[in-house]
Amino acid sequence: MPPAVRASTVFLALLHRDVRVASKELPYFLLRTIMQPVLFLIVFGFLLPKMGFVRGGYQTALLPGILAVSLALSAIQSVALPMVQDFGWTKEIEDRLLAPVSTRVVAAEKIVAGVLQGIISALVVLPIARLVMGPIVGLTFAHFGDVLVITILGAAAFSSLGMWLGTAIAPQQIGLMFSAIIAPMMFFGCAYYPWRGLDAVPVMKALVLINPLTYVAEGMRGALTPEIPHMPLLVAMGALLIISMLFWVMGYRSFRKRAIG
Amino acid sequence: MTAITTQGLRKVYALAAPKKRGGPPSFGPPGAGGPPPVARNGARELVALEGLDLQVGAGEFFGLLGPNGAGKTTTIGILTTRVLASAGSASVAGADVINDPVGVRLRIGVVPQRANPDRGLNVIENLVFHSAYFGLARTEATRRAEALLEQFAMQDKTHEKVDALSGGQQQRLMIARALIHEPDVIFLDEPTVGLDPQARLALWEVLRGLHRQGRTIVMTTHYMEEAEQLCDRLAIIDRGKLLALDTTAALKAKAPGGTLIELDLDGPADAAAVRARAIQNVSKADAVGNALRVHSAVGGRIISSVIEATEGAGRHVRNITLKEPSLETLFIELTGRKLD
Repeated sequence: MPPAVRASTVFLALLHRDVRVASKELPYFLLRTIMQPVLFLIVFGFLLPKMGFVRGGYQTALLPGILAVSLALSAIQSVALPMVQDFGWTKEIEDRLLAPVSTRVVAAEKIVAGVLQGIISALVVLPIARLVMGPIVGLTFAHFGDVLVITILGAAAFSSLGMWLGTAIAPQQIGLMFSAIIAPMMFFGCAYYPWRGLDAVPVMKALVLINPLTYVAEGMRGALTPEIPHMPLLVAMGALLIISMLFWVMGYRSFRKRAIG
Repeated sequence: MTAITTQGLRKVYALAAPKKRGGPPSFGPPGAGGPPPVARNGARELVALEGLDLQVGAGEFFGLLGPNGAGKTTTIGILTTRVLASAGSASVAGADVINDPVGVRLRIGVVPQRANPDRGLNVIENLVFHSAYFGLARTEATRRAEALLEQFAMQDKTHEKVDALSGGQQQRLMIARALIHEPDVIFLDEPTVGLDPQARLALWEVLRGLHRQGRTIVMTTHYMEEAEQLCDRLAIIDRGKLLALDTTAALKAKAPGGTLIELDLDGPADAAAVRARAIQNVSKADAVGNALRVHSAVGGRIISSVIEATEGAGRHVRNITLKEPSLETLFIELTGRKLD
């Protein structure tokens, strides 16, 4: 009788596989996930201020939002796209579903891989932002622990959302996921304007609270540019924790449905 | 020693509303099972497996034979922990598929119907990473991977992308992957579908080799010849039910006596069947739609009498085929339909 394999051993092997595959297609991955935030940076963080349409302080508010978008986009895509492909037609994931470990571990590994890719995207965008926008007034890395917590929770929330979308949406409708779910999320997630700024539009200020990106962007502001008026950091963290758990439950349930008939 | 036991295994799929998506996870493309000719209760559910009892001995080469939609893939799905049984129990290599799926996965290797290599990885990485999922150290995994690639004549493909492999090579890679963690039981779901005849024969050789090593092999197929050539014992299943279970030789001996003469007519064959039964040396004559199936101990010599009987019933013959007693004629006898 073969000896049992520890779940942690299988988990690390699965993660190693994802790191290997991701490193092979790193340029495509970055192109896919940081293109949009970088384009936004150029227009809103460089061109508009240069033309004098926006005031200098805007860049300070924009930077955390751009990081939040990069994080969210890459976390959601790095889980959702392989899910759609693997379950939809290639069936590649069956190899991993037959690993001697609970299906929950296979799903959890995907989330962790998504979190790592989200962090990488944000880390790549940060220096680009500095390059495009020049010195950013009020940017501080003094609260690094807070940045880390918001980053991990935000990436976990969006990876889990990616798992849910990737397993619940029919492959033919994947384009719809971008135009109907991700695009509005990016625009109404307080990434390109601070939440407090929405005091001018109270209805909107309330509505954006259903958008997980709001908490990532505001959490980033609270941690990176605390001088900008922002949502209390603990509120953002608490909300992201609850959202992550909710999406994980939904994502795993849907994943399991696809994995085991 | 028993490698696999199933008791009263039953699987019912709830049929989703008209826009069916996903469907049961299969070791093959969705819809490859063809039309689902399985019992439907008020069109709300689909009974894929109706109380299956099987026992497979250790070291046995066991075949599950049946047409598309018979329940073969569902059976394999349950035994490989990828499909949850609706009722009944099953154990594989001593582990219960419902209570200890992880224990089952540890002991099995699975070759899917359609090759599903990890396309993000090259050939040897496919094998080495798969081994890592089973806790094998990298050096040992690499050693085994190289040995398997050599055994399957794929050394020169070691660092190729899997997309560069032919269909037969991909299928051999799937077998290598299923073997690398040295499982007790190997499942193959229609492993030769889509392969050219040469690749099929090569695969048969590989499977015979595995059998000689004493491995337990469970294979589904809808090719009679494949089942006859390879399997020690066969279960014939259709519409989720076990119709016959015996050694290949014993099953062939059970085939209805005499040659099967099948005539395609230009209309329902019922009246012609009645007349055909009156012909001397006809042991049996059935009408199945427009087809008239006549069994005769004297082979083709009664064809002219059968044609006369048919014309007497006002029908014309469009085509005639003769089949010697075989698993296929037994299958037609048991199910009333052909395999493919």
